[in-house]
Amino acid sequence: MYNFDLVRPTSIDEAVAALGEEEAQPLGGGQTLIPTLKQRLAMPSKLVSLTAIAEMKGVCKTDDNALAIGGGTNHATVAQEAAADFPGLAHLAANIGDPAVRSRGTIGGSLANNDPSACYPAAALGTGATIKTNKREIAADDYFQGMFATALEEGEIITEVRLPIPEASNYQKFEQPASRFALVGVFVAKYADGVRVAVTGASNDGVFRWSEAEAALSSDFSAGAVDGLSTPDGSGMISDLHGSGDYRAHLVKVLTKRAVAAAS
Amino acid sequence: MPKDHGIGASTKRREDLRFLTGVGNYTDDINIHGQAYVYFLRSDVAHATINGIDTSAAETMPGVVRIFTGKDFEGVGGLPCGWQVTDKHGQPMKEPAHPVIAQGKIRHVGEIVAAVVADSLDMARDAAEAIVLDLAELPAVVDMKAAVQPGATKVHDDLDDNLCYDWGFVEENKAATDKAFEEAAHVTTLELINNRLVANPMEPRVAVGDYSKANDESTLYTTSQNPHVIRLLMGAFVLGIPEHKLRVVAPDVGGGFGTKIFHYAEEAFCTFAARQLRRAVKWTSSRSEAFMSDAHGRDHVTKIELALDADNNFTAVRTETYANMGAYLSTFAPSVPTWLHGTLMAGNYKTPLVYVNVKAVFTNTVPVDAYRGAGRPEATFQLERVIDKAARELGVDPIKLRRQNFITTFPYATPVAVEYDTGDYHATMDKMEELMDLPGFEARRKASEAKGKLRGLGINCFIEACGIAPSNLVGQLGARAGLYESATVRVNATGSISVMTGSHSHGQGHETAFPQVIAEMLGIPEDMIDIVHGDTANTPMGMGTYGSRSIAVGGSAMVRATEKIINKAKKIASHLLEASEGDIELKDGQFTVAGTDKSIAWGDVTLAAYVPHNYPLEDLEPGLEETAFYDPSNFTYPAGAYACEVELDPETGHVSIEKFVSADDFGNVINPMIVEGQVHGGIAQGIGQALLENCSYDENGQLLSASYMDYAMPRADIIPNLDSYIVDHSCQTPCTHNPLGVKGCGEAGAIGSPPTVINAIVDALQSGGHKVDHIDMPATPGRVWAAMQG
Repeated sequence: MYNFDLVRPTSIDEAVAALGEEEAQPLGGGQTLIPTLKQRLAMPSKLVSLTAIAEMKGVCKTDDNALAIGGGTNHATVAQEAAADFPGLAHLAANIGDPAVRSRGTIGGSLANNDPSACYPAAALGTGATIKTNKREIAADDYFQGMFATALEEGEIITEVRLPIPEASNYQKFEQPASRFALVGVFVAKYADGVRVAVTGASNDGVFRWSEAEAALSSDFSAGAVDGLSTPDGSGMISDLHGSGDYRAHLVKVLTKRAVAAAS
Repeated sequence: MPKDHGIGASTKRREDLRFLTGVGNYTDDINIHGQAYVYFLRSDVAHATINGIDTSAAETMPGVVRIFTGKDFEGVGGLPCGWQVTDKHGQPMKEPAHPVIAQGKIRHVGEIVAAVVADSLDMARDAAEAIVLDLAELPAVVDMKAAVQPGATKVHDDLDDNLCYDWGFVEENKAATDKAFEEAAHVTTLELINNRLVANPMEPRVAVGDYSKANDESTLYTTSQNPHVIRLLMGAFVLGIPEHKLRVVAPDVGGGFGTKIFHYAEEAFCTFAARQLRRAVKWTSSRSEAFMSDAHGRDHVTKIELALDADNNFTAVRTETYANMGAYLSTFAPSVPTWLHGTLMAGNYKTPLVYVNVKAVFTNTVPVDAYRGAGRPEATFQLERVIDKAARELGVDPIKLRRQNFITTFPYATPVAVEYDTGDYHATMDKMEELMDLPGFEARRKASEAKGKLRGLGINCFIEACGIAPSNLVGQLGARAGLYESATVRVNATGSISVMTGSHSHGQGHETAFPQVIAEMLGIPEDMIDIVHGDTANTPMGMGTYGSRSIAVGGSAMVRATEKIINKAKKIASHLLEASEGDIELKDGQFTVAGTDKSIAWGDVTLAAYVPHNYPLEDLEPGLEETAFYDPSNFTYPAGAYACEVELDPETGHVSIEKFVSADDFGNVINPMIVEGQVHGGIAQGIGQALLENCSYDENGQLLSASYMDYAMPRADIIPNLDSYIVDHSCQTPCTHNPLGVKGCGEAGAIGSPPTVINAIVDALQSGGHKVDHIDMPATPGRVWAAMQG
């Protein structure tokens, strides 16, 4: 990697100030950025670590029945702290990467990066989460804008993610055999006012909602309701060494059914 | 009661203490005062003409010592190929130059274009980024069949085409084989791919070149399975350094699997540059570099046909294989699809006629060479797959069909040049059937089906030729090296022993198993014996470790040297005991005069050898040190029967291995625990090939699977739990021609397991009504699902 300066601010204000400098870049858990730096594919002059900011860490339940997770909270913590109130999310967090990844990687980092095969975008979109930054609140439906593209502006930091707690939810991940990222991952969440289904790993446009499934499941929350749907169109899906677009489209349906059957 | 020491004891691996506590000494642990670091600028295009390399800006950058390009190697030799194959017309293979640094042309992604030596690796890398390449990109040749079409882009301009050789074996049998197919009652045909693999040893390659001006001696520290072979090839063919001025050291090596047999450009570069710069030069491969510079494995495209008579006897086998050589001939590449592959096409069966055709092809890809099993997995996979397909076509039990055609009398001369000395294929099949609980299979299948899964049973046999190899035979077949092994047994004055061997241990456990043999022979504790290996300065010329040869060939050399030690020690003992030499017996570390209670201890005799006050100096030299070179008279032929059960999720195409059984015949076994570990590891690699591993290029010669993000390695969770993962070696027909009766076990698992897995997947799919008669490796979920769609 190229040389860079590292700062570790302890407050959001300090971090924002540090990021105002030219070529400064935020560093969350580093699970994507550090490998990128090691390959010399990025050349920031300054990294602003967000891991020492206490106000960006932790998980708590809000008055309006959402789970508020600090942007700097690592996956292992979410897996543990969300288990009682939001088992679907805890299960998702507990199966990201391996223990080392889960000890370092953060929810804010994952959502800011918006890898098309990452798990957290499915949970955020599947719950209609609110992404809170140092500047504003962004609805998940507005936040994800395609592979590695988000509504975040330069220097904007995800300080908190608020995920409304569903009545039942489940995340099904079918692993890409090499990376063990999601070849396809489906997050299903059932709310009083309807069901949301978010799919990661599959689409060339990044995480998306499968609206046909949402409509069917909102009137009949059963695996059988998914059976009746036609498989999503595979032409916009990722096609690579590990599976064709049609295969991914097929998996979307299979995993949605399984997520419904397993939802709790 | 199992033995607790000596031959047959599961002695714990003594080397693991240092490996597991972090005190091993790997090549990257070696740092020489004042060393510089080299960063290799590697091509990111597959095929291009080099119009110019501008290093002027890079040379002025901080810390740069010197930048080398192909021009600096114009007067230097190329990397030699160690095996010359003769084609079916009697012509030698085409052998293009293999430069250390690309000269004029780039032929694969990863090829070295320039080498920057600097005070630190970062400085070298910074400077490499300032090198300006003027390249004219050319179309890449990737597909082997397209590569041999008329008018195809040529990988090497000075050759007529991309065909390295067109080999026929046995050419004299071709007409009779063709006739047998015309007369056959049934012919089964199968076209398949043996997927390209990357070995991925845990330790990437490393080279440190050093030069001593004081005595004009070069030293290369390198991650090699055979330091003497590297010294010979690099010294004689590349750099022109005589052996007495060149030392090659391969210290602890973290896995090889074949890919560390070969002499690589980086080794020659570091040695060369150290001489030029009068300064040590170090290179440590990154994992990314390993993917595009370590020799790859397998990569065959094959059509195999099996002819049977009306009674289901095999009457002939005929194959046509395209074998990828990559852009250059790696050290032993030409031998892999020919002599290590064609000679195994009889398998365990008495098929009277076999004809093998292999077309070796140059492409714009990384060179391909031996990888665990080397040619024998390719032979086994196609043969056992076509037999399985034949059984399905004929509606006969695949076990019965195999048994019916087994070779049962030994020695057996195959129609493909080799003679099996011993074996018992029914015994290993019986053992496999017993351990697999075949009668319970239907119930297990029903249980899987009740969960919505398909269950398949795959069975498979294999034979391999290892203990490589008789030098006179391989010399006739084109080898440019002998394949003996050596050992020096140095008995020290107080009785402890250092054994200097040309075999090299890079995970095999020689430091534990070899002393077990000598301890057994001498009747002394194993811990009195140490194995010294990996340094040409203190070991006799030896050919190293590959081809499951270390115990069969290296172990035999050690036995011969120890026999000489015993012989001499008895002479000394007879003098000390004042008895006739013929009456001296050695047992439990004591020399005894037969029929008396007169005896003398091992240590008294060894001390007398070095403090020869009371010693027959007029008849016998002092000292107790003997060397032996052992050249085997034949290959050894481990064989076995494997089986596995898979569960297949028809919704996703995901396959899991539920049970795996291997019943191997390795002849005698020195350390059962180490043997079982070898087989466990080999099967894991074979499962990796069958389900996961896929080195893939796009049509432009870009490596698609260039990291662990896309290249799937087997991990612990794909292997069945140990109670369903049974490796057995209780069937033992000892090798008839080496002193230990051993056959070797290093490659068996990787040879026998891939067809087992694919046979089981096809069985599972057919049980679900899917008309799938073959699926190519790796049988990834996406591929299995696609096959199910028809």
